[in-house]
Amino acid sequence: MKFGILINEGPYQHQASDSAYLFCKAALEKGHEISRVFFYNDGVNNSTKLTEPPQDDRNIVQRWSKMGEEHGVDLVVCVAAALRRGIRDENLAPGFRISGLGQLVEVGIQADRLVVFGD
Amino acid sequence: MLHIINKAPQERNSLDSCLRVARTGTILLIEDGVYAATRGNAAEGKIKDAMTRFKVCVLGPDLDARGMGDRLIEGVQSVGYDGFVDLVASEPNCQSWV
Amino acid sequence: MSEEGGIKKFMFVNRKAPYGTVYALESLEVVLITAAFDQDVSLAFLDDGVYQLKKGQQTKGIETKNFSPTFRALDGYDIEKLYVEREAMEERGLTEADLLVDVIVLSRVEMGELMEQQDVVLSC
Repeated sequence: MKFGILINEGPYQHQASDSAYLFCKAALEKGHEISRVFFYNDGVNNSTKLTEPPQDDRNIVQRWSKMGEEHGVDLVVCVAAALRRGIRDENLAPGFRISGLGQLVEVGIQADRLVVFGD
Repeated sequence: MLHIINKAPQERNSLDSCLRVARTGTILLIEDGVYAATRGNAAEGKIKDAMTRFKVCVLGPDLDARGMGDRLIEGVQSVGYDGFVDLVASEPNCQSWV
Repeated sequence: MSEEGGIKKFMFVNRKAPYGTVYALESLEVVLITAAFDQDVSLAFLDDGVYQLKKGQQTKGIETKNFSPTFRALDGYDIEKLYVEREAMEERGLTEADLLVDVIVLSRVEMGELMEQQDVVLSC
């Protein structure tokens, strides 16, 4: 089955990104496809490579980058939400790309399920 | 339909709102939503009532993380993230009551 | 659930009041984009989400853009299905006359049934 994921909250402040990541990991392990993860609202803050958590904490941004690279998961950051919050191509972590809201609608159309993780 | 609730019953009205509007299917409690499925919580009656209409599940890792694994209401099914995936796949659609 | 002709049913569920958080505004931005994809789009207003439709919003004093007129522009995008849950409205002391756009008022049962028919339920 093809899943689309929408994340509306930033990392560390809220559990949404963690829940979404663990959901995606489990789905991939079961042989499902994650068509796209779309980052919206403060969720765009999951994409900055400037993130530097303490060593004993999980690295939420790198974890997404790694999933993107290893499983070809398309990590899309909403351009309008990103620009509002100071996220640009210059500080984007590997595997993420900035694009329009149409990418969210498109995955809603194409995927079998769209799961929202937010506040 | 799968209804996903991530807020504790005393913090927000997500559970109440879902129970008021939702018709059938499965309710999955995740994140702070898991507190609703614990014995002695004021929401216990609501959850027991919901169990007559819905299949009620809780995300086990979230329950355990909060030290509440010892008081899950009987009849509420604890699932892992793999079970979460199965629920999304098996129900025709899903809604997050954020 | 219906996917006839590749058209899916998208429902935007609004349960949050405007201005206190950005969710209402950013949800509306998704609605406008979705209009370009020729899908079956509806908006549902539950709980504090009904406050988004209150007439007479004056945001000058909080130096924030008043986005409520956009709801009136939605029919220009062929988005005409705005559903409001009756109890949510009544519990907040509002009537249809207080709302800035024409809506379809539904009972909680009707709202629940409508939700079950959707392919994609988006909430911010």
